[in-house]
Amino acid sequence: MSSTTQTIVAARTFGSEQVSNLRRRHAYGRVFEALGLAAIMIGLLFLVVLLFDVIVDGLPWLRPQLFTEFPSRFAERSGMRSALQGTFWMMLITAAIAFPLGVSAAIYLEEYISRDHWYARIIEINISNLAGVPSIIYGLLGLGLFVRYMGLGRSLLAGALTMALLVLPIIIVAAREALRAVPSSQRQAAYALGATRWQVTRDHVLPSAMSGILTGVILALSRAIGETAPLITIGALTYIAFDLRSPLDIFTVMPIQIFNWISLPQREFSALAAAGIVVLMVVLLTMNSLAIIMRQRMRKQW
Amino acid sequence: MQRLVIGLVLILALVVTACAPVPAAPSAPAPAEPAQAAPAVDRTTILIDGSSTVAPLTSAVAEEFRNVSPDTRVPVGISGTGGGFKKFCNGETDISNASRPIKESEFTQCAENGIEYIELPVAYDGMAVIVNPTNDWVECLTVEELKRVWEPEAEGVIMSWSQVREGFPDRPLDLYGAGVDSGTYDYFTQAIVGKEGASRGDFLPSEDDNILVQGVAGDENALGFFGLAYYEENADKLKLVAVDAGNGCVYPTEETVNNGTYQPLSRPIFIYVNAASLEAKPIIETFIEFYLENVDDLAREVGYVPLTQEIYDLALARLQSRVTGSIYAGGGSQVGVSLSDLLSAEK
Repeated sequence: MSSTTQTIVAARTFGSEQVSNLRRRHAYGRVFEALGLAAIMIGLLFLVVLLFDVIVDGLPWLRPQLFTEFPSRFAERSGMRSALQGTFWMMLITAAIAFPLGVSAAIYLEEYISRDHWYARIIEINISNLAGVPSIIYGLLGLGLFVRYMGLGRSLLAGALTMALLVLPIIIVAAREALRAVPSSQRQAAYALGATRWQVTRDHVLPSAMSGILTGVILALSRAIGETAPLITIGALTYIAFDLRSPLDIFTVMPIQIFNWISLPQREFSALAAAGIVVLMVVLLTMNSLAIIMRQRMRKQW
Repeated sequence: MQRLVIGLVLILALVVTACAPVPAAPSAPAPAEPAQAAPAVDRTTILIDGSSTVAPLTSAVAEEFRNVSPDTRVPVGISGTGGGFKKFCNGETDISNASRPIKESEFTQCAENGIEYIELPVAYDGMAVIVNPTNDWVECLTVEELKRVWEPEAEGVIMSWSQVREGFPDRPLDLYGAGVDSGTYDYFTQAIVGKEGASRGDFLPSEDDNILVQGVAGDENALGFFGLAYYEENADKLKLVAVDAGNGCVYPTEETVNNGTYQPLSRPIFIYVNAASLEAKPIIETFIEFYLENVDDLAREVGYVPLTQEIYDLALARLQSRVTGSIYAGGGSQVGVSLSDLLSAEK
């Protein structure tokens, strides 16, 4: 229905005062729409410019050697093989640690204790605060706790444990949101049939919430994959020319490799870094789309 | 499907709780007891950390060393000279890269932990004083003028080019320099101001020399200093300034840096080798010998100035006779001291 017909209909129903009032309100609506569009465009524009710039710089360097070669002092022979391995294994171990811990914590907080308990409130406030702690602080914690005290050295495992701590609050918050979204009628129905609290959680609440939980986990890991500061703090290295052998091996990751290339004087290395950024971005986008697909697949309708 | 997911979660939880402490237990030494040598990841790994200035050189040597000993793994980190010494004196690394000699405080820390080390100079790094290419009034600056600009008293006072020298235009003076945690900053302040770590605070600092290159290249009124290698790679965007230390204006080149005429802004860079590691892992000696024999060509490739053969020979002799301690006696950056004098004096 066009706005003219709207106006005519309106004019017939109401007096002329209401018509001008209606016009004004429609005008406000359009102004807000334009503002909203502008807001989106500003963000998108910068993203597009950035992506374009990185891809133009990096494209000639996106070649097989980038994935198969170790770093070198010659840009032409340089690749990020050790960094890719480091990132891959670190994400895997981080997920394996943070996922069960985070989800268990969320289940306990949502399903087992009352939200009104004083200690529940304290835990809740602390988790929200932890989510906002700068990542380098986690690096210092990891250095003191895992690298030095537990004697893990500057190993992949120490890095993954640090990263797991870093993403834990994010996973807990996301998982709690997902669990909270499951209608309580489901729980009540199961309880009515004599299910225990654990049975209710395992068979009904958790499966319904799983898509939301997984989305949260993957978004948390997407944050971890780009982190540099905490890993440099715990002593991740920049030049590694050998394959990872075990979780206790020394390691490097993609953001550190990129950071190192950018800081070198030779200009070809900044182009190589751009190619590295493109790879990192593709991995990140893949992870994010995986999250979206999972959410669609597992979404429950109530 | 749902049961499968839940099952997986539980298995993961079990695996993690079962596995996580296991690798921790056997390798966990009593934390109070300081390690003598670096904790052996394994015998064929040489752990190196330290200055990001020296890292490209050491990485280049490590890269070539793979052809000699493919099974030896030589990772290199960039914690900075100071950060590197912290780890080194804690016994966490075998070799520490340093863009300045070891300082008194680090010296003491190493001694407390019983860490003995061999100090080896590996190359010269020239520091370049740089202005924007559109700057047509500066060709050469004296050390005195540089000092007037950079000393702590200049903060908020020397704000215009006309205050640097009579006859310079009255334009704002925008300063760019190495970040205060870097060995480059330590050396520059020692060489120009006369006291390590003393400078004005109102300049734009960055640990990343490429940021400084961008800054000076985009600012007509800029004056900055950073590694010579970064000037050479960006010579089209920058203008090099000669430095006059009393014997006329000298531009930094391989020759003037090496023969000591480019003063006071050329400095030696070092590696420090843990003496205990050297005995525990014989491959380290092979690596250092390879380092000292091949570093002159590699230094040129990554943008540094090699030392003379005489100095490399002296360094090699120092390694072979296991001379520990610093030729600078813990004094930190020193300016205008000849390496060969210092090394030969020990004999």
